[in-house]
Amino acid sequence: MASIKHKNTKRIEGLDKNVWVAFTSVAADPSIVNLGQGYPDIPPPSYVKEGLAQAAMVDRLNQYTRGFGHPTLVKALSKVYGKVYDRQLDPFKEILVTVGGYGSLFSTMQALVEEGDEVIIIEPFFDCYVPMVKMAGGKPVLIPLRLKGSSGTASSVSSADWVLDQEELASKFNSKTKAIIINTPNNPIGKVSRSELQAIADLCIKHDTLCISDEVYEWLVYKGHEHVKIATLPGMWDRTITIGSAGKTFSVTGWKLGWSIGPEHLIKHLQTVMQNSLYTCPTPLQEAVGQGLLRDFELMGKPDCYFTSLALELEGKRDRMAAMLRQTGMTPVVPEGGYFMIADVTALNQDLSHMGDDEPYDYKFVKWMIKEKKLASIPVTAFVGEDSVKQFEKYIRLCFIKQESTLDAAEAILKSWNKD
Amino acid sequence: MSRKLHARRIEGIDKNIWVELTQLAADYKAVNLGQGFPDFSPPSFVQEAFCKALNEGFSMHQYTRAFGHPNLVKILAKFFSRIVGREIDPMEDILVSVGAYQALFCTFQALIDEGDEVIIVEPFFDCYQPMVMMAGGTAIYVPLKPVCCGPVLSSADWVLSPEELASKFSPRTKAIVINTPNNPLGKVYKRKELQMIAELCIKHDVICISDEVYEWLTYDGTKHVKIASLPGMWERTVTIGSAGKTFSATGWKVGWAMGSEHILKHLKTVHQNSVYHCATAAQEAVAVGFQREYDVFGTEESYFHQLPIHLHEKRLRLADCLKSVGLKPILPQGGYFMIGLATIPVSAFYSPEHRNEFQKYIRFCFVKEDSTLQAAEDILRQWSDGKLKKF
Repeated sequence: MASIKHKNTKRIEGLDKNVWVAFTSVAADPSIVNLGQGYPDIPPPSYVKEGLAQAAMVDRLNQYTRGFGHPTLVKALSKVYGKVYDRQLDPFKEILVTVGGYGSLFSTMQALVEEGDEVIIIEPFFDCYVPMVKMAGGKPVLIPLRLKGSSGTASSVSSADWVLDQEELASKFNSKTKAIIINTPNNPIGKVSRSELQAIADLCIKHDTLCISDEVYEWLVYKGHEHVKIATLPGMWDRTITIGSAGKTFSVTGWKLGWSIGPEHLIKHLQTVMQNSLYTCPTPLQEAVGQGLLRDFELMGKPDCYFTSLALELEGKRDRMAAMLRQTGMTPVVPEGGYFMIADVTALNQDLSHMGDDEPYDYKFVKWMIKEKKLASIPVTAFVGEDSVKQFEKYIRLCFIKQESTLDAAEAILKSWNKD
Repeated sequence: MSRKLHARRIEGIDKNIWVELTQLAADYKAVNLGQGFPDFSPPSFVQEAFCKALNEGFSMHQYTRAFGHPNLVKILAKFFSRIVGREIDPMEDILVSVGAYQALFCTFQALIDEGDEVIIVEPFFDCYQPMVMMAGGTAIYVPLKPVCCGPVLSSADWVLSPEELASKFSPRTKAIVINTPNNPLGKVYKRKELQMIAELCIKHDVICISDEVYEWLTYDGTKHVKIASLPGMWERTVTIGSAGKTFSATGWKVGWAMGSEHILKHLKTVHQNSVYHCATAAQEAVAVGFQREYDVFGTEESYFHQLPIHLHEKRLRLADCLKSVGLKPILPQGGYFMIGLATIPVSAFYSPEHRNEFQKYIRFCFVKEDSTLQAAEDILRQWSDGKLKKF
C-alpha cells in the first residue's frame, strides 16, 4: 500500500541515484582487479593502528567525547595546521571534526547554502558536490576544466594542462553566487591549483563569495609541485572553509574522520549543523588520529614524516601506472597530486556500438572492461554535468594507491590487451 | 563578509544544553551524573572484537558498504527478525548510522517537509525538536503526566491522556515520535498504550518514529514492546537502535534505523548524501557482539540479561540516596536516568508551552561506577546537612 505520506521529501527528490551504487558491487568480485573506488589496499601506518588499539583500552575513550571534536584531535589539528597556515588556530572555535571529508562538505552546505543561492562547481568534480548543493536548495553552476594545447607529445599529458578559462570563470559569478567549491589536489584529474587560486580569490572578494576548499589529498603532491591553501591568500581566511581528511592522510578511509577549518563566524554554523545531525564522532578513532598527527607533526618536513613518505611511495606507483597505460595505447593524464589518474581511451578505438546508445561512452567502456578484461575503473562523466559529457566521455579514472601485487595484476591485463 | 551567511534552516537551533553543561561539569570538576554515558567499560567480548577487527586485513580500515557493513546488517536482521516476528531483509530494511542520533536525523530529513506536523511526546530527548525544525516541520507536543491519584513514585504512573493525544492528530500530521524506554523519565510503554498510539497512526496514516535505544534496559520484569511488531505497524514504523547503549560503548557511535524498505530507502538517500559511510571496524565489532548475544539470548550469560541486573542495584541505590536527603525520585522502569535532583534540568525536555509545569524536576544518570555514585551521595548528604556553602 503506497501511502503518499511515505513518499520522499522534496529535498532529496532525484538524489537517490549514485555512480558508486552502480559500480561498487560489480567490482567486489575478487577475480576483478579493482582500480575503481578510491581507497588504498596498502595498510595504514602501524603507529596509527596501534594508537587505536591503545585508545580502545581506555574506558573513557569508549564513551562520548566533545561534540565538535575530541580535544586531543582538535589540539593536534591546530598544531599541524597552525604550522601549515602560519597562524594561530583556535582548536575549539576554528575547527570542526566531522564524519570524513564528506561530512564536512555536508555540514558546510547545510549551514551556508539555501534556496536562491548559486554555487560554482568546477568540472570534473567529486560527484557528491552537486547533490549536496541541491539538497541544500542551492543551484549548481558548472564550469569545466579545459585541455589546453599541450607542448608535450600526444602521449604525455599532465593534469597541469587542464585549465580554467578566466573569462568563462568570471562570467559564472553574479549577485546570487554564495560560494565556489574548489578541490585541490583534484579528484579525478589530479590537478594541483596554484596560479588559478589568485584569480579565484579575486573573484570571491569582488563578489563577496565564500570559498569551500576540499583539500583532502593535500599531502599527496608530487615532485615539482606544491600544495597552496587558498585560505592563506590575502582576504581569503574570513571567507574560506578548508576541508581535510584523516582517511586520506593516514590511509584509513574506513575511519571516516575529517575536519573543517575556518573562521569562527563560519565554523559556528557548521557546528550548529553537527549538533543537530550526528552530534559527535567516534571517540577512540579521534584519539588515534590525534596521536598520529602529533607524531607526524614532530617529523614535518623530514622524509620519514608519513605525509612526505606516502607521497614519495605513490609517485612511483603513479609513474608505473602511467607507463602501463601508455603501453596499451591509452593516453594517461599524469596527475600532479592525489591518487587518481584519468586516461583517454580514444586511441584504442574500441567499438561499443553493440552496447546501445543510452549511456555515455565511458560508462559503456568501463562496463565492457570489467566484463572482458576483469579490470575495474570509474567513468569520468560521473564527475561532470550533462553539458560536458561529450568533452569527457573518452576518459576513465583509475586509482593507484594499491599494493604492488595489485598493480602487477593490472599490468598483466594491460600488457595482454591486444592479444585477444 | 557583508551578507547574511547562514542558511535559514539552522536558525533557532544553535543553542544546545549538552554543550553548555558538559563544559560546566568539566570546568568545575563536578561528579558527573549529567550526560548519559556509562563510566565503566564495554563488556570485554565487544572490546576484544574491536581489537581483533583492527588487526585484521586492510579492509577493516577502508570503506565498507555504505548502508551498513554486511556482517552487521546480517546479524541485526537475524537478531531482530526473531524478536519482531517477521523476516527482516538485511540489505533493504536496515540502515546503519553514526549513532542513533544520525538515524533520527536521516529519518526527519527523509520524511518531514515544510508544513508537516510531527507529534512529540514530552518529556522528549532534546534533539527531536530542533531536528523537526531543521526539516521545516512543526512540532506538536503532548505531555506525559503523573496520574493525579496515588503515590507518584514510578515512571509507570506517567501516562498520556488518550483524548488529548487523539486531539493532536490533524491532516497535516506526518509522524509521531515515541521513545521507549523513555529518556529522561524511564517510562516503558505498555502494550495497550502502544496499541492506542498504533490505532491513531493507522487511522490518520501517520508514520511512527520509535526511538528504542534503551530497549535492553528494563527493570523489575518490565517488558519492552516494539510498536513495529503490532498489527499494521511494520509498514509505517521506523525503529531506531543504538550499539552505544546496547553495549555501553557510546563513543563508538554506531546506530541503526530499521523498517519497511519503501520508507528506509528514503533514509538511505539522505545518508548517501550526508555521511555516506560509517566507520568499518566499530561496525565489525558490534556485529561480533550481536552474534554472541544471538547465541546466548535469554540465558544468564547474555549481556542483555546481566546489564539491567547490574544497573537495577545502582538505580535503587540512587533512589534511596535521593529520598534520604528529602527528594522525591521517580523510579524508572527502564533506561539510564532517574528524575529527582541535580544535573540536567528537565525543563529542557519540554516545549515552551509546558515547561513551567516541570521546572522542579531534574534528571540524574545512574549508569556509573559505584565510586561515582558514592561520591554523588557524599555531596548530596553534605548539602542536605548544610555543610556546603549555599550559593
